[in-house]
Amino acid sequence: MRIHPRYTQRLAVTILGGATLLTLAVLVFIIVFVLEKGLPVVNFRFLLTNAEDMGRSGGIFTTLIGTIVLPLLAIIVAAPLGISTAVYLTEYTLETKVTKIIRFGTDCLAGIPSIIFGLFGFIFFVTTLGLGWSILSGGLTLAFMILPTIIRTTEEAVKAVPKSYRQVSFSLGATRWQTVKRIILPNALPGILTGIMLGIGRSIGETAAVIFTAGSSLRLPTSIFDSTRTMAVHFYILAREGLSSENAYGTAATLIIAVLAINLTAYWMMGRFIAKRS
Amino acid sequence: MSLIGERGVRRILAVTAFSAISALLLIALFILNEGLPFIFRYGLHDFLLKSDWDPQAGKFGIYPMVAASLWVTFGAMVVGAPLGVAGAIFLSEFVPKSVMRVIKPTIELLAAIPSVVYGFIGVMVLAPLIRTQLGGPGLSLLAASIILGIMILPTVISISIDSIQAVPQSYREGSLALGATTWQTIHMVTVRAAKSGIIASIILGMGRAIGETMAVIMVAGNAVKIPHSALDSVRSLTANIALEMSYATGLHRQALFATGVILFVVIIILNSFAIVVLRKRVYKK
Amino acid sequence: MDCKFDIQDLSVYWRGNLSLKKVSLKISSSQILGIIGPAGSGKTTFLRSLDRMNELEPGFKAEGRVLLDGEDIYGAGYDAVTLRKKVGMVFALPVALPMSVYENVVYGPRLAGIRNHDRLDELVEQSLTAAFMWNEVKDRLDMSGLRLSGGQQQRLCLARVLAMEPEVILLDEPCSGLDPISTAKIEEALTELKKKYTIILVTNNTKQAARIADQTAFFLMGELIEMGVTDRIFTAPVHKQTDDYVTGRFG
Ligand SMILES: Nc1ncnc2c1ncn2[C@@H]1O[C@H](COP(=O)(O)OP(=O)(O)OP(=O)(O)O)[C@@H](O)[C@H]1O
Ligand SMILES: [Mg+2]
Repeated sequence: MRIHPRYTQRLAVTILGGATLLTLAVLVFIIVFVLEKGLPVVNFRFLLTNAEDMGRSGGIFTTLIGTIVLPLLAIIVAAPLGISTAVYLTEYTLETKVTKIIRFGTDCLAGIPSIIFGLFGFIFFVTTLGLGWSILSGGLTLAFMILPTIIRTTEEAVKAVPKSYRQVSFSLGATRWQTVKRIILPNALPGILTGIMLGIGRSIGETAAVIFTAGSSLRLPTSIFDSTRTMAVHFYILAREGLSSENAYGTAATLIIAVLAINLTAYWMMGRFIAKRS
Repeated sequence: MSLIGERGVRRILAVTAFSAISALLLIALFILNEGLPFIFRYGLHDFLLKSDWDPQAGKFGIYPMVAASLWVTFGAMVVGAPLGVAGAIFLSEFVPKSVMRVIKPTIELLAAIPSVVYGFIGVMVLAPLIRTQLGGPGLSLLAASIILGIMILPTVISISIDSIQAVPQSYREGSLALGATTWQTIHMVTVRAAKSGIIASIILGMGRAIGETMAVIMVAGNAVKIPHSALDSVRSLTANIALEMSYATGLHRQALFATGVILFVVIIILNSFAIVVLRKRVYKK
Repeated sequence: MDCKFDIQDLSVYWRGNLSLKKVSLKISSSQILGIIGPAGSGKTTFLRSLDRMNELEPGFKAEGRVLLDGEDIYGAGYDAVTLRKKVGMVFALPVALPMSVYENVVYGPRLAGIRNHDRLDELVEQSLTAAFMWNEVKDRLDMSGLRLSGGQQQRLCLARVLAMEPEVILLDEPCSGLDPISTAKIEEALTELKKKYTIILVTNNTKQAARIADQTAFFLMGELIEMGVTDRIFTAPVHKQTDDYVTGRFG
């Protein structure tokens, strides 16, 4: 039996549209569900008091600190490395075997699952380098993890700077580094910041790589050699051990708001960047 | 900058350019160094294909976890790949550009939601649903597959959209001019031309599914046994590492790292494959 | 008049393809050399060989010698950055950098390490005046250069080059996208500037060469066909191809 193409067309559109709607519905559901259950718990007291009784009661203050400090350290390490890698690849070399290998390595690194980063961070930073479960170990592990994101977004942003700007700069007697410093980086900045935001977003939500490297201490850290617990890890422990579903929802809501805020900022910056280009 | 000079800057940048590849090599080195000796001692065959995981007794057969990981990944692909590809086609071919510009980032936001949150949704919503409607413990292979299937959607959709949009408009026009309907054009011309990108998106999604840890721990139930039905509780390779790492010592810990080696190798193979496929797409343009 | 550039047997290859064939010519200072020729004849390639801008593109190779004040700019140890400070360039499409008019003009001087504000202010006024646009923008120096009109942007490019206080100014079809009035302003500026600088002007518009060039060189398919005093090139060319081109019978 042959169905008329017009009907297959209609059927196809229905199925495709249905699939798309389902996907969107799932996204909306996840966010709404968590926010609806969690937001009533979230208030200043929740955010600003320490967890008590393993998190069964009290707030999430120290985990909030952990969630700020760890991604911050990761960015401080990964951003300069990632940006200079991208600048080197786009401005200082032509496409060669070496750059191909570097790009391949970057792409591969981007695909490594976080549990592997966790294992590596544990054996390398925590054990071999003797840094123990600490902010330092966790931050460095996260830095490894977000490096590819920063390299890629920076590369895109740098490539988007018009070639004519470079030509003018060189023709006025600028060296390559002067051109990078005065023309390329300022113009690629919004794109670079987007990459940094995406990196922060990913670090905030990360659990597997953090729990084995930064540990899960609920005490307020006093140095980068102290262990800390991020919101994501705290949430995981609350949810898994069934300690307090109320606090778990509250933590999840805070986490989602933080991640959404950061990603939306990133998109907003990207949008402004594109608008400015055209 | 006169302090370092133009050449110095170039040299510094050149060194940093190797950061990502060095990171990769360092990771490979330490994981292999920790896990390979165990594999050699225990034997790859026994390690991968024996079903007795009993660290106290010195038995380290990870076959149940291998089977669980494969099934969970397969399930995730069954759920995620068709939905993702269908969504990508619909969004890039049937939805106005302006709507698409809002929806694509929204879907990519799915990727930013922490995996523990997905896991939690699985525990709170999906698992009870499965338990009451289909029976079994709820936390199961099925629950893990569905949650992972959702988690890979952003990867599949976003890369597929990119490759569908890279298909030159002239292909579509040529087909439409021959009297084909939009749908005929899409599945005979557009999707065929974007095939390698779509395949790559699925492979990368697969990599994500195999490597995902926290969400799987939360929803799969974690029983060490070979699954017989989709409603069984299972433990994936990643979950096994994460669950036992905190207290494992000696040979046990080495066995977990050896599991990491297996994962690492599988992921690198999948990634390389996807990268090669994606490259091809770029060349064709 | 002394010889500024002495080009000897300059050949240029792009990815192995010969684009400039053994070009030899001398360029004297304090005058305008016009370069004319059909599309693809190698005018831009030749011009960019004079400040080594070509080597920023992949696949470039040069043979022969280009002497600037007797020194081979392709010789070992000759620094391209130093060269480009002496030899300024205005491109076909006006490119204002995405910064203020003021910052555009002082871009070169700042690179050269000039920090003194009075000196920079002075350079801005001088250069913009020489580019015939001081009065138009003197109250809007803080405005983004991107918001100037095309004609103004091109004069800004000229001012930016002048602010480096170069010895040679290369212009690659600087008026190709401009209206007649902007074109006239640039030509006026160039005629004034030639007293101080060596100017090499590539143009698609033979009339422009006839109007302002002292000497004119005709390029065809990568070869220098002939060069001489502008009047003679246009009234009594030696080669038939030149005659065909300047009278518009080319093709
Ligand atoms: N960057 C480059 N890479 C490869 N080939 C080039 C490059 N620049 C120029 N060429 C080649 O060199 C030859 C001369 O080009 P050139 O731009 O110098 O011509 P032109 O006389 O300036 O033409 P037009 O009047 O169109 O500007 C052409 O065949 C061109 O394809
Ligand atoms: Mg040209």
